Amino acid sequence: MKQSIKSLVHTALCAIVLASFALTATQANAANDRFMKVMERGKLVVGVKADYKPWGYRDSNGKLVGMEIDMAQDVADALGVKLELVPVQSSNRMQFLQQGKIDLMIATMSDRSDRRKIVGIPEPNYYTSGTNLLAKKGLIKQWSDLKGKPVCGKQGAFYNKIVAKRYGAKVVAFVNNAESKQALRDGKCVGWVYDDSSIGSDLASGQWEGYEMPLNSEDDNPWGLAVPLDEMNGIWGNLMAGMQYRWLISGRLMELEKKWGIQPTAFLQTQAEKLTPARKHLK
Amino acid sequence: MEFFAEYFRDLYDTTGWNFVIFYEQYEYDRFLEGMWVSIKLIFASLLFSLVVGFIGAWAQGAKSRILRYGIAGYIQLFRNTPPFVQILFFYFVLGNLTPSYDAGGYQVGYIESFGWAVISLGFFAGAFNVEIFRSGIEAVPESTREAAEALGYSRLMSYIHVIFPLAFRVCLPALNNNLVNLLKTTTLAYGIAVPEMMYTANQIWSDNVNVSEMMIVLFIFYVGLVAVLVYGMHKWEKKMKIPGYG
Repeated sequence: MKQSIKSLVHTALCAIVLASFALTATQANAANDRFMKVMERGKLVVGVKADYKPWGYRDSNGKLVGMEIDMAQDVADALGVKLELVPVQSSNRMQFLQQGKIDLMIATMSDRSDRRKIVGIPEPNYYTSGTNLLAKKGLIKQWSDLKGKPVCGKQGAFYNKIVAKRYGAKVVAFVNNAESKQALRDGKCVGWVYDDSSIGSDLASGQWEGYEMPLNSEDDNPWGLAVPLDEMNGIWGNLMAGMQYRWLISGRLMELEKKWGIQPTAFLQTQAEKLTPARKHLK
Repeated sequence: MEFFAEYFRDLYDTTGWNFVIFYEQYEYDRFLEGMWVSIKLIFASLLFSLVVGFIGAWAQGAKSRILRYGIAGYIQLFRNTPPFVQILFFYFVLGNLTPSYDAGGYQVGYIESFGWAVISLGFFAGAFNVEIFRSGIEAVPESTREAAEALGYSRLMSYIHVIFPLAFRVCLPALNNNLVNLLKTTTLAYGIAVPEMMYTANQIWSDNVNVSEMMIVLFIFYVGLVAVLVYGMHKWEKKMKIPGYG
């Protein structure tokens, strides 16, 4: 008996040591691998959302479409390779990148310092959003109204914790947005906490008659696309920084915003003004 | 306690292994809460499934044809559909058909997500338990049954006092299996936002980006729980052993 416990412990320890070796080994890979690999196989694999209309979702034919899918296509076009899309979830998107299952992630991710420790997030940020609430008209007037009440949310969103901690709301988080919205319609919670930009497009879709976005958005947070951490300072990170810069100053993102029926945000306008070079010396 | 927290904070700073639940109060409380909900959920659905199995196995041998067909239909229905589908069905469909009251802008059902999880998991495992108990009942010799009858036992009384106690001993190993399975299936309750261990771990690793660490914790938690359950069941099995029988 004693012997078997000993050997069990031994096996467990070995497994942990091996796992940590595997972890460090993938992290130690040289930079620029990613770029070479993409060009070699002639295909760019991008992780995108499949349940986040209109940034990344499935159309009636089941095809992945949306603003971020168009952006992924732009990157593939710039490299002259084919595009393959992989649907990812908020709760696993960084692991897809870490494990090399995708080359690039454009998945409505808020750019936060703890995430920068896991993946490379090249600047300038391409979009921004804050936290708001979708609720029945007239029910909620301020954030503090949420105290002690059930609020629907999505598993993996960082503001679940904030809303629970700051306002004492009871967050009821589901796996997908479809379920959390259904729970809201069923009246299982007073509101659905999510990105203001996404709620805005839901309201504009006309499917939410009698609902509103009643609060002032909080925690406005820029979004970041992500590359593997060790590629951040190589070709791959710099390429994506350049892509974002060009998207912002060329007005391409504003164009896409319009195409996908997203309410124009002040962010893109100010970013474009801030980043556009003076070019006085060229006259 | 303070030393314990210090150790894990140090571990994070030096190695990057982030066991945040052991050094941050908020996450620690969340983790304990998740653990507690899980244990309650497991206990309640185990109990419910056993009751369903006990009653179902009796109804299978009932004189009434309606009862017999009813129980056969129930077994087919619950054995032939995935447990996750059942949980979602119970919560989103039956949950809306059952009475609820308005609590100021939102509906509170008399059965909440926890209750629905217990009911659906209990019925799911119960369907298997009925068949497991039946195998035990069929192993009770006809002569024993007749002897009970000769002593003047009614059908129900001989089921409770003679047949079931013998049948139970025969089918304990199979029951053991099914209960272990049920314990693991309770993780599916995260789909209807029951804040059990799986749900809590998911939220913690999303907030702290420590997926591998929480996976390890989750793994150890369930290995530990199953070990406790199996140990208890084996003890019980030994205790109930009748010399010369089975």
